[in-house]
Amino acid sequence: MLHVVACIKQVPDTKVAKLNPKTNTIDRASAPAILNPYDTHAVEEAVRLKKRYGGTVTVLTMGPPPAVKAIRRCVEIGADEGYMISDRAFAGADTLATSYALTKALHKISQIRPIDLIICGKMTIDGDTGQVGPGIARRLDIPPLTSVNKVVEIDKEGGSAVVHRKLEDGYEVVKSTLPCLLTVEKEINEVPYSPMPNLIKAARYQPTIWAVSDLEDVDRTQLGLKGSPTIVGSVWAPPKPQGGEILQGPVNSQVDQLMDILLQKKELFAVKGGAS
Amino acid sequence: MNIAEYSGVWVFIEVKDGKIVPVSLELLGAGKRLAEKRGVELSGILVGYGVKPLANTAFEYGADAVYVYDDPIFKLYRTETYMRAIIECTNRHKPEIILYGATSTGKDLASAAATDLATGLTADTTILDIDADTGLLQASRPAFGGNIMATILCKKHRPQMATVRPKIMKAMNPIPGRKGEIIEEKISIREEDVRTKVLEIVKSATKQVRIDEADIIVAGGKGLGDAKGFGLIHDFAETIGATVGASRDAVEAGWIEHHHQVGQTGVTVTPKIYFAIGISGAIQHLVGMQNSGLIIAINKDPDAPIFNSCHYGIVGDAFEIVPMLIEQFKRVLTAEEVKNA
Ligand SMILES: Cc1cc2nc3c(=O)[nH]c(=O)nc-3n(C[C@H](O)[C@H](O)[C@H](O)COP(=O)(O)OP(=O)(O)OC[C@H]3O[C@@H](n4cnc5c(N)ncnc54)[C@H](O)[C@@H]3O)c2cc1C
Ligand SMILES: Nc1ncnc2c1ncn2[C@@H]1O[C@H](COP(=O)(O)O)[C@@H](O)[C@H]1O
Repeated sequence: MLHVVACIKQVPDTKVAKLNPKTNTIDRASAPAILNPYDTHAVEEAVRLKKRYGGTVTVLTMGPPPAVKAIRRCVEIGADEGYMISDRAFAGADTLATSYALTKALHKISQIRPIDLIICGKMTIDGDTGQVGPGIARRLDIPPLTSVNKVVEIDKEGGSAVVHRKLEDGYEVVKSTLPCLLTVEKEINEVPYSPMPNLIKAARYQPTIWAVSDLEDVDRTQLGLKGSPTIVGSVWAPPKPQGGEILQGPVNSQVDQLMDILLQKKELFAVKGGAS
Repeated sequence: MNIAEYSGVWVFIEVKDGKIVPVSLELLGAGKRLAEKRGVELSGILVGYGVKPLANTAFEYGADAVYVYDDPIFKLYRTETYMRAIIECTNRHKPEIILYGATSTGKDLASAAATDLATGLTADTTILDIDADTGLLQASRPAFGGNIMATILCKKHRPQMATVRPKIMKAMNPIPGRKGEIIEEKISIREEDVRTKVLEIVKSATKQVRIDEADIIVAGGKGLGDAKGFGLIHDFAETIGATVGASRDAVEAGWIEHHHQVGQTGVTVTPKIYFAIGISGAIQHLVGMQNSGLIIAINKDPDAPIFNSCHYGIVGDAFEIVPMLIEQFKRVLTAEEVKNA
């Protein structure tokens, strides 16, 4: 019986988010809050491992109260239990402070049920750092295995996991002791439509919510803004590149004009079938 | 933490298949500019097995000194072992800045090391600057899916760390024979204490196209309509000897594999010529190709944002224009062949 914990985050859908041109901040109202797309794959993988080996899938998030919705989405995918840590003191956390707070919650969860494996997404689409997963692993002193695109085997008895880590030009097969932490690529699985019973369970699901005072051994100076070594100095709209020349005239003539431009760099073009 | 004790700029020198990866050379260039502005030394940190001779390459590309960890335990990259080298070396010599390439290895290593060093780490930086007096690193990066740029600062902790996107910084022109100081470091890690083992490395059977190495890229987007339509991109690319690129939407539609994707969550490319065909020019796409030498856009929507980011644009239907280009090139290129024969 495996106990797998997936760390998940609710994020604004940055694909549709609008920028407030005056403040250069994201207008949160314009962007629906969704479960971080990479984290759907983290939860799905946890659910698949549960199907393979039996056990429990727990999800954990740190976020404001509305993030309960993201946990419900995980229950739809097949998570059994959800925990949320939510407190003003967590606000403004960078990746270091986030991994600290999540680690405290993971300690508490592991007292309820020992954890065999933690799975995180490759990255969030609002923070886009991919640093929180390895950060948690270091704080728990367990091996981080990033860029995982396949779980070959989890052998709880033997205390080991074998996974594929994606490389620029292939992959490597890595064996690690358990517990360990995986961060997963999108391609690791496809998330199917959720079965009806999960949807029904999710609709009414209430996760366990903890405030800082519910966690043990917390050094408050390591939380939130206070515990964050990095700050955002300034934000600005990305420079708009100036437009180039739009070719004019009938299509034939536009193509001829383009050919003239391109053939100034003739040496770059391969002579098709040319002897070389 | 007494931040005044920390001085000097470091670059983590990543080695793959016995060679320094290009982004590390780019970072030596970027690091050099920061070090000169601040009036400090630039050092490399080189970890691996049999890697010591590569220090000379680092000197030619601007390093004044290189810390070398050359040991069989470092034969293959593992977070656990490499991280120990970075942490020990940092605690011993106290640099104020460490830069890593934003490769899978660089990001993995930096994230782990930053946690133990309890310091700040900026991910996927695209612009670097430094305050000469305070040594404060200004690391700017696209945030919120590329919708905004943010400058990240780490005021009270050292070293200040950043991963930096490949292909954005400029390497120095190497100075052959330029020398520097090699500082050999030792670490004792026993293999039986390492909890991760690399069992096998599997290289993609088909040599994977590296779009970041291409001189010409023909990139297609959602505007090609379907997988069959995307075939036009392949035809054109083949005719002119180019490499195929794609927008994320074309990749997500399943028309082409992810390693062809250009942009924020794909690859950053700087070819000499970039064709954007049926690509709207979303900011996440632009960040991956805007430094290309010559950008040609073909799109039927005159208001497509790509026209604000190209050198030359044709407003029109790709299915009309691209076949004409293919015809013209075929004629020109075969004429060339006949002439050369
Ligand atoms: C976090 C995040 C990361 C992202 N990362 C990336 C990334 O790495 N790379 C990336 O590309 N995108 C990325 N995106 C997605 C990006 O925002 C856009 O959605 C995507 O680039 C759009 O792809 P497209 O231009 O092919 O499609 P569309 O926006 O649908 O554009 C299609 C274009 O084709 C034109 N067209 C249609 N028919 C024809 C025709 N017959 N002839 C000529 N033109 C025609 C249309 O006018 C239109 O402009 C990311 C988004 C997010 C939120
Ligand atoms: N607030 C959070 N709560 C729970 N998990 C998180 C949180 N932030 C990040 N994570 C996890 O860490 C991964 C990487 O996030 P990031 O470092 O922000 O890109 C995500 O995919 C999640 O799995």
